[in-house]
Amino acid sequence: MNLSSLEKLDRRWLFLLMGLLVLGPLIAPIGCPLVVTPPVQGFYDAIAKVPNGSTILMSCDYDPASRPELVPMTKTAIHQLMDKDCKVVVTVLWNGGPGIVDQTWRESMRDYPNKRYGVDWVNLGYKAGNEAVMVLMGQGVANAFPVDYTNHSTADLVALPIMARVRDYSSFPLLVNISAGYPGTKEWVQQVQSRFHLPMVSGCTAVSAPEYYPYLQSGQLRGLLGGMAGAAEYEKAYGVKGAATKGMDAQSLAHCFVALCILLGNVVQARKRTGGEA
Amino acid sequence: MNVTHDFGLWVAALLTLCIFSFLYRDNPLYKFAEHLFVGVSAGYYIVLNFWTVIVTNLWDPLVHATRAPHPLSAQLGDYRLWLLIPGALGVLLFTRLFGKIGWLSRWSLAVIIGVYAGLKTTGFAQSDLVAQAQASLQPLWNGHVWQSVSVILFTIGLITSLLFFFFSREHKGALGVASKIGVYFLMVSFGAGYGYTVMSRISLLIGRFQFLLEDWLGMK
Repeated sequence: MNLSSLEKLDRRWLFLLMGLLVLGPLIAPIGCPLVVTPPVQGFYDAIAKVPNGSTILMSCDYDPASRPELVPMTKTAIHQLMDKDCKVVVTVLWNGGPGIVDQTWRESMRDYPNKRYGVDWVNLGYKAGNEAVMVLMGQGVANAFPVDYTNHSTADLVALPIMARVRDYSSFPLLVNISAGYPGTKEWVQQVQSRFHLPMVSGCTAVSAPEYYPYLQSGQLRGLLGGMAGAAEYEKAYGVKGAATKGMDAQSLAHCFVALCILLGNVVQARKRTGGEA
Repeated sequence: MNVTHDFGLWVAALLTLCIFSFLYRDNPLYKFAEHLFVGVSAGYYIVLNFWTVIVTNLWDPLVHATRAPHPLSAQLGDYRLWLLIPGALGVLLFTRLFGKIGWLSRWSLAVIIGVYAGLKTTGFAQSDLVAQAQASLQPLWNGHVWQSVSVILFTIGLITSLLFFFFSREHKGALGVASKIGVYFLMVSFGAGYGYTVMSRISLLIGRFQFLLEDWLGMK
């Protein structure tokens, strides 16, 4: 085969091939093997080790643009927390996020008909201010969030009895952060984990995962889910096959294809440089 | 296959296909979807910010403060009429639109930069400087062969990568060799970053395909 012809290949053939490689496994799964890696096991174990019935802070800092990566891991985390009878206080620091976060929670809570909003979980909604909100929560969660997403006062313990268990960060044994960027995991580590020594795990988009690995290595994060692969491994650790697992066959084939394209591109360029094929 | 009858899902699916059509070539359908997205997003976020930032953080508390018996006796979480100060600083930001008094916006910017510099500096020093330096000081031999190999590799990578950014001496001799090794470690980290970025972008494509197949065409 004349490799130099690849240089003139219409890139739309690559788009088509990539599309087919992604679409095919979604229609007919091939079941690529999946191994739970230590960062993901750390995330699972951190939640598993929390005493049953604890009150957990979960900050879902994303908007609909990160849905394919972050919603599956949010759902699995909700299920793991609810299986342990944990009470969950949800916050959102992205202004486009409260809607999708509320939808994700309500969809997941259909599996737990005995759990009630305000008693077992509460969505405090969005608060503008990024790091300032994190610091303010250290002086009192209700100070930073006077009302919840449904406009109930957080001081109204009849409507939101869960808030009786919440004062500041000392009320939580663990912070679960699902993050799409800024503000997100980095800011929670900087403002809350290091200052208030609150144990923390993070689930994030793949593009931001390399930035957070140093926090994992240093023990500032107990576990880390990186993108769809992290979400799929978490689903495996928990024992379900969700949207992330379904997408992993397509993900694997697409990665192999990208790697092959890079390899072929380098071979063509190397041969050109060494004066082989023009 | 159980195609949806939901009008909203049909609109979303057709707009997705319009955007995908750009992969073949630029065309009016793509342009329509792109302009619609930009316009709707801008409008949506302006309204969203008004209701979730200005109304909830300024307007509602101020209305509440005017009804309170002591409108200036602020406490944590209830700042009453003192909120007029950040409100005024927010208004000053818009003076940039009026040439002669544009300098007034610098007062607001000074407060914003000052507050965030203070917050970020202490947070960064604690979490990224001290904690990371502590975590980097590891014993090279801890009794387990592979863990020790990992720590040794980590230490070599850390030192040589740092040496690559040492520009006070020409990279020759031992420094040249060390910085060259550092470059390889940096390239590995760039490669990992690239791989994760590809994964993120493919995930978005998978998400769209899952939407088309499952939500629109009903192939669950």
